[in-house]
Amino acid sequence: MATTTTLAKAADGTEPAAYAARIEHVSKSFAGPAGQQLVLDDITLDVAPGEFVTLLGASGCGKSTLLNLVAGLDRPSAGGISTDGRPALMFQEHALFPWLTAGKNIELALRLRGVPKAERRDKAEELLGLVRLKGAYGKRVHELSGGMRQRVALARALAQESKLLLMDEPFAALDAITRDVLHDELTRIWRETKLSVLFVTHNVREAVRLAERVVLLSSRPGRVAREWTVGIPQPRRIEDTAVAELSVEITEELRGEIRRHGQH
Amino acid sequence: MASTDTTDTTRPAGDRAAKDGGDLAGLEAGLDALESVQQGRTPLRQTLVEKVLPPTVAVLLVLAVWQALVSFEIVDDPSKLPAPSDVWDVLQQSWLQGELLGYIWTSVSRGLLGFCFALLIGTPLGLLVARVKFVRAAIGPILSGLQSLPSVAWVPPAVIWLGLNNSMMYAVILLGAVPSIANGLVSGVDQVPPLFLRAGRTLGATGLKGTWHIVLPAALPGYVAGLKQGWAFSWRSLMAAEIIASFPDLGVGLGQLLENGRNASDMAMVFEAILLILVVGIAIDLLIFSPLERWVLRSRGLLVKG
Repeated sequence: MATTTTLAKAADGTEPAAYAARIEHVSKSFAGPAGQQLVLDDITLDVAPGEFVTLLGASGCGKSTLLNLVAGLDRPSAGGISTDGRPALMFQEHALFPWLTAGKNIELALRLRGVPKAERRDKAEELLGLVRLKGAYGKRVHELSGGMRQRVALARALAQESKLLLMDEPFAALDAITRDVLHDELTRIWRETKLSVLFVTHNVREAVRLAERVVLLSSRPGRVAREWTVGIPQPRRIEDTAVAELSVEITEELRGEIRRHGQH
Repeated sequence: MASTDTTDTTRPAGDRAAKDGGDLAGLEAGLDALESVQQGRTPLRQTLVEKVLPPTVAVLLVLAVWQALVSFEIVDDPSKLPAPSDVWDVLQQSWLQGELLGYIWTSVSRGLLGFCFALLIGTPLGLLVARVKFVRAAIGPILSGLQSLPSVAWVPPAVIWLGLNNSMMYAVILLGAVPSIANGLVSGVDQVPPLFLRAGRTLGATGLKGTWHIVLPAALPGYVAGLKQGWAFSWRSLMAAEIIASFPDLGVGLGQLLENGRNASDMAMVFEAILLILVVGIAIDLLIFSPLERWVLRSRGLLVKG
């Protein structure tokens, strides 16, 4: 049976949820040209409250599909997913609405969450301050650089006050310097807000740079291939030796997974 | 499951965090400043040279050719081609008699009022076609087909149904403009990037909230293009109706002026009417719809300068 449930436990304050997201035996198949195509196969994965997990995999491992399922944008074919409240989602493209200013984009998220009008402006300014974009309130989306847009998108996601933030390769389209800066920002904000993050990427170093736990998915169908707990203390740098060493190990494993597909 | 527990021993982590905090803010400010686009307004002189001069030259050229045709007696029949000065005299005369603004106002008020009705009907209709599958399958093709039907075809049935009165004029305007407005909204909604819909859904904008906060604003550029075309169709339909169904009690609009000129074989008056129809149609577009469209596109960064 396929289920997607949202826990309301934390709302009454009696008992904090034991996990931010629980993915249990989830499978997903789509109708393809060759009949039903299995994209995700029996994935089981927990994200603990406050934990930062990266999902790593080559193309076709279904990592974005899995994220969509957790976000509730799609339903699993089998298995169950429960999350602690509705998760926030950040995309590779900033997905900011061009008819609104940066500040109003954030205010829309607040409004849809039911924040009273009088509080929205202050709250939006505060969130812009958190991503170090004070003064960008009245800026139109096209007036912002790529990095600034992703930071506004992050602020908008934070405005949802979800316990879980889902990120779908949010920095993939940025240049290397901007990406490094945003890694630092994300780490800082994650530590300040104690959010749980499930971050999808195909960039091994990025995964190691950010996460407490790296989950490697195999491709076609996506299965959990291996997990690593990253014990390197934050703040890390992408060029740190420890980050590089672990990246080499994970890359070897990832290459092995990819090689298997060329052998028939 | 393998686990790696490596510690970076080169520097204590606390030190580094403090140092990075300051560095990061500075670095980020630098990146933001380097990568933001600075946009200023174009100076007035440049606007005049680039936007106003070319059409002025074109109009003067047409006038010169026209005057030459009359002066060099290439067309030497004033009942076929009056001189520009004759048309000017007729214009001046109707201005001095206080009738010119009356003609214009009769037509413009009809046109704009009819357009507003068309807006009220076309907008919900377009939204219905865009969002409800059954409605789209049922009337979508008819709606786009109606756009290619010349609205003058509606004048005879409208006269038979409603008689020679203002409601008949409005009916013809509606039949001409509603399909354009509705189709503009439909194509606007169709072109809303799926990413916006997904982003909206994760923010909690579903159902009517999604339509109001995401779909409608995202569809605005297509909708405004539909309005622009809707106005052009309104104006054309109205002129067709006024020319065909001229009746003294209806008051003299620009279409009737044209028809009166023809009946009196007064070519200068015919030219006067054609010029006024053209100028008023363009003026409404330039004063209302083009600024609206430019504002919508500019605020979204969709207007490319150059």
